[in-house]
Amino acid sequence: MCLAIPGKILSISGDDPLTRMGRIDFSGVVKQASLACVPEVKIGDYVIVHVGFALSKVDEAEAQKVFEYLKRMGELGELQEASP
Amino acid sequence: MKFLDEYRDGELAQQFAREIRRITTRPWSIMEICGGQTHAIVKFGIDELLPEKITLIHGPGCPVCVTPLEMIDKALEIAARPEVIFASFGDMLRVPGSTTDLLSVKASGGDVRIVYSPLDAIKLAEQNPEKEIVFFGVGFETTAPATALAVFQAAQKKLRNFSMLISHVLVPPAMEALLSSPKCRVQGFLAAGHVCAVMGYEEYFAIAKKYRVPIVVTGFEPLDILQGVLMTVQQLESGRAEVENQYSRAVRREGNQPAQELIKKIFRVVLRKWRGVGEIPQSGLGLKDEYAAFDAEKKFGVADHCVEESADCQSGLVLQGQIKPHECPAFGGKCTPEHPLGATMVSSEGACAAYYRYRRMPNLIGAK
Repeated sequence: MCLAIPGKILSISGDDPLTRMGRIDFSGVVKQASLACVPEVKIGDYVIVHVGFALSKVDEAEAQKVFEYLKRMGELGELQEASP
Repeated sequence: MKFLDEYRDGELAQQFAREIRRITTRPWSIMEICGGQTHAIVKFGIDELLPEKITLIHGPGCPVCVTPLEMIDKALEIAARPEVIFASFGDMLRVPGSTTDLLSVKASGGDVRIVYSPLDAIKLAEQNPEKEIVFFGVGFETTAPATALAVFQAAQKKLRNFSMLISHVLVPPAMEALLSSPKCRVQGFLAAGHVCAVMGYEEYFAIAKKYRVPIVVTGFEPLDILQGVLMTVQQLESGRAEVENQYSRAVRREGNQPAQELIKKIFRVVLRKWRGVGEIPQSGLGLKDEYAAFDAEKKFGVADHCVEESADCQSGLVLQGQIKPHECPAFGGKCTPEHPLGATMVSSEGACAAYYRYRRMPNLIGAK
């Protein structure tokens, strides 16, 4: 029910913040979503969309953190294995 | 799909699983709140990657499942009226009320329509001025801003033929209700990422402190869930009870403030009954008085329904994490997704339906 998926903003229409809409590309499937609560977004940004409503902007730097964490974990593991 | 597929990498998932196995020294019970996470855990077999010492308890985070039977009965009563177009998310249609469900009402001539968004229901109201459009407003904090925006737009457009049957629920009061129960086995939480995308996670600091439980805000993909479990186990093993954010690509500490303002503008906090759990104070959202004209319960004068759950259904115990779905005697026999006794078997995010769909339980062979 709280399913929300990331999509890329193709275009934005409307000036009033509460009726601002975006055309969002979900890997080829394009849908309209309300951008009422993400005033900071612009074309090309990724937003997380739930029931036709953008909940938040995807932070692209933060999105890499899982992989950085894994990399650090791997390096730490090698260090531990290497130590006598 | 960008920001989805890369979080489903099998080898990286194994790395997380190995690290969890490496650091786990004692048995721990961790609850994932959200039904979306339950669905992913069972679908991708994430729980089977974990060491035996780690038990995942599936929480009550499926709004479809916890919508009280009385509310379903009210929906059925309104949907059957000839002047009404009843608009609902698809997953509510097969939820059993005391005698029937919305799909059956539709089959017998009721105008029940599936909508993707509450905003679609506003369009229906504009396109059908001679009809009464009623939207079934269910969901957690994740869905509340969209529902609130629909009410706000209806008020701006002065729509007189639009109303909502509202059964919105809030997550933190339910976590507290679970933690206060003497039977509670939960030692750590994966908090629901999309609820926190809206609300932030300030509210959780007091809960973590009061009940000495780690709370890790967690996303929905396999790597997210495994990292969330790892962060929770690290806290448990080192005796910490802190709030951490695994899902930082979508969740900020303060949440989405415009969305919170929208919720506050339209809704007030109310007592809400959760199916299978019971009444929880201050655990729901209802319309503020100034938006009472959009309240379908008032508009249609639906009486208080007094109903009883099937005695065979143990979904309440499942929702509270006291039994696993397949430990219910009705599971897979009397109760299946085709003929559900309770809501946890209906919704694809209900723990029972997820177990039924993705697990081949040995006791199901022959029972079916």
